[in-house]
Amino acid sequence: MLGFSPEEWTTILLSLRVATVGTLVGLPIALFAAYVLARWRFPGKVILDGILHLPLVLPPVVTGYFLLLTFGRQGVIGKALYETLGFTFSFRWTGAALACGVMGFPLMLRAIRLSFEAIDRRLETASSTLGANAWWTFLLVTMPLALPGVLVGLILCFAKALGEFGATITFVSNIPGETQTIPSAIYTYTQVPGGEFQAFRLACVSIVIAMVALILSEVLNRRIQKRIAVFE
Amino acid sequence: MTGEEAALSVSVFQRRNGFTLDVAFESDSPLTALFGPSGSGKTSVLNMIAGVSRPERGRIVVAGHVLTDTAKRIFVPPHRRRIGFVFQDAQLFPHLTVEQNIKFGRWFRRAEGHALPLDVIIEVLGIGHLLKRRPATLSGGEKHRVALARALLSSPRILLMDEPLAGLDDARRMEIMNLIERVRDEFAVPIVFVTHNLEEVRRLASRVIRIVDGHVVATGSPSDVFGT
Repeated sequence: MLGFSPEEWTTILLSLRVATVGTLVGLPIALFAAYVLARWRFPGKVILDGILHLPLVLPPVVTGYFLLLTFGRQGVIGKALYETLGFTFSFRWTGAALACGVMGFPLMLRAIRLSFEAIDRRLETASSTLGANAWWTFLLVTMPLALPGVLVGLILCFAKALGEFGATITFVSNIPGETQTIPSAIYTYTQVPGGEFQAFRLACVSIVIAMVALILSEVLNRRIQKRIAVFE
Repeated sequence: MTGEEAALSVSVFQRRNGFTLDVAFESDSPLTALFGPSGSGKTSVLNMIAGVSRPERGRIVVAGHVLTDTAKRIFVPPHRRRIGFVFQDAQLFPHLTVEQNIKFGRWFRRAEGHALPLDVIIEVLGIGHLLKRRPATLSGGEKHRVALARALLSSPRILLMDEPLAGLDDARRMEIMNLIERVRDEFAVPIVFVTHNLEEVRRLASRVIRIVDGHVVATGSPSDVFGT
């Protein structure tokens, strides 16, 4: 199909699955963390903020290394998971999804937090005087108003996850059909004689997916601006 | 339940950033005005009645319900107070239509039964033609009318209004003043009204609490407080 070999299709679909799962699993965590950072005041907030943003500034290999230490078969959490549930991230696509999700998380968190912070808190106050408790207020007022920012965050995280290389290859290696995403496949093809053409084609796929994500985020952004203009 | 207590009884103390708020008053009046210059603490008192903020020390009782009593560690959260709040700038939900806005509080208080019927409120406030519109397309006066309807439909025990007439031109102010009079007389919900406008007080209020620098300096009927 489209001139791609079955192996290439496996890589492309695996990449999409890894990025989608990594992003969607991170979403509720990002929503909660963004709400906490935007609304609560507590000691150590700066430190929490810093830790959550670490994957953005650390070398990806370092992030992958820490994932290996915590979620690897011998890692603190990874070992417990394996012994109690028989579940492991090591050398599995789930591990790739974890690595990609962790790397994209700060981008999603940031977009959602900014959209929470942009909401007039007095609307939430109004909601509470009308009888809505904190959950209903979040569901009926905060979330709908933050929704465009949440969508932008999802797209940014997805795009980042799709391009993730360093943390993934460090954490779960580069196994075709299991953990070999588009970037690691490109890397592999460039390492073998005669692989240039395949590397080029996968690079083009990357560009197409990234462009689609960027355009989508731009379109959403414009709609937010329009909605904000209507709101005022 | 305390039979001898007034419909509204407020006693609050708060010291913050060098400003002391120490206000105590009672009222059985259909419309009580908190009158004073800006920065005197009127809105803070309103926020404390609504439970939006907590006084350092104090006790607030509305219609026999103790909502705040710091000595007994009682603090009813705002969503359980049944207090209608009309904010100075309306604070309508921008993502909802006028109809969804006014039904917002009504839905949460559906268990209490609807003391005030939807169609009557829509008619009295003259907002029937606005129901499908978004708040952003409304004029200032229309926003105030919708905000008033929304607060009334949440079956409040008391209605708090924070300078609902500020920022309106004279024609709109007259119009909203008429509506507040009708609401006061027809719906039998006591109103507490914050203002720094003497004309509004004289026209609407039967009891005035005059607040200066966080302290009550006079209480009584408008003619008692301001002379005739």
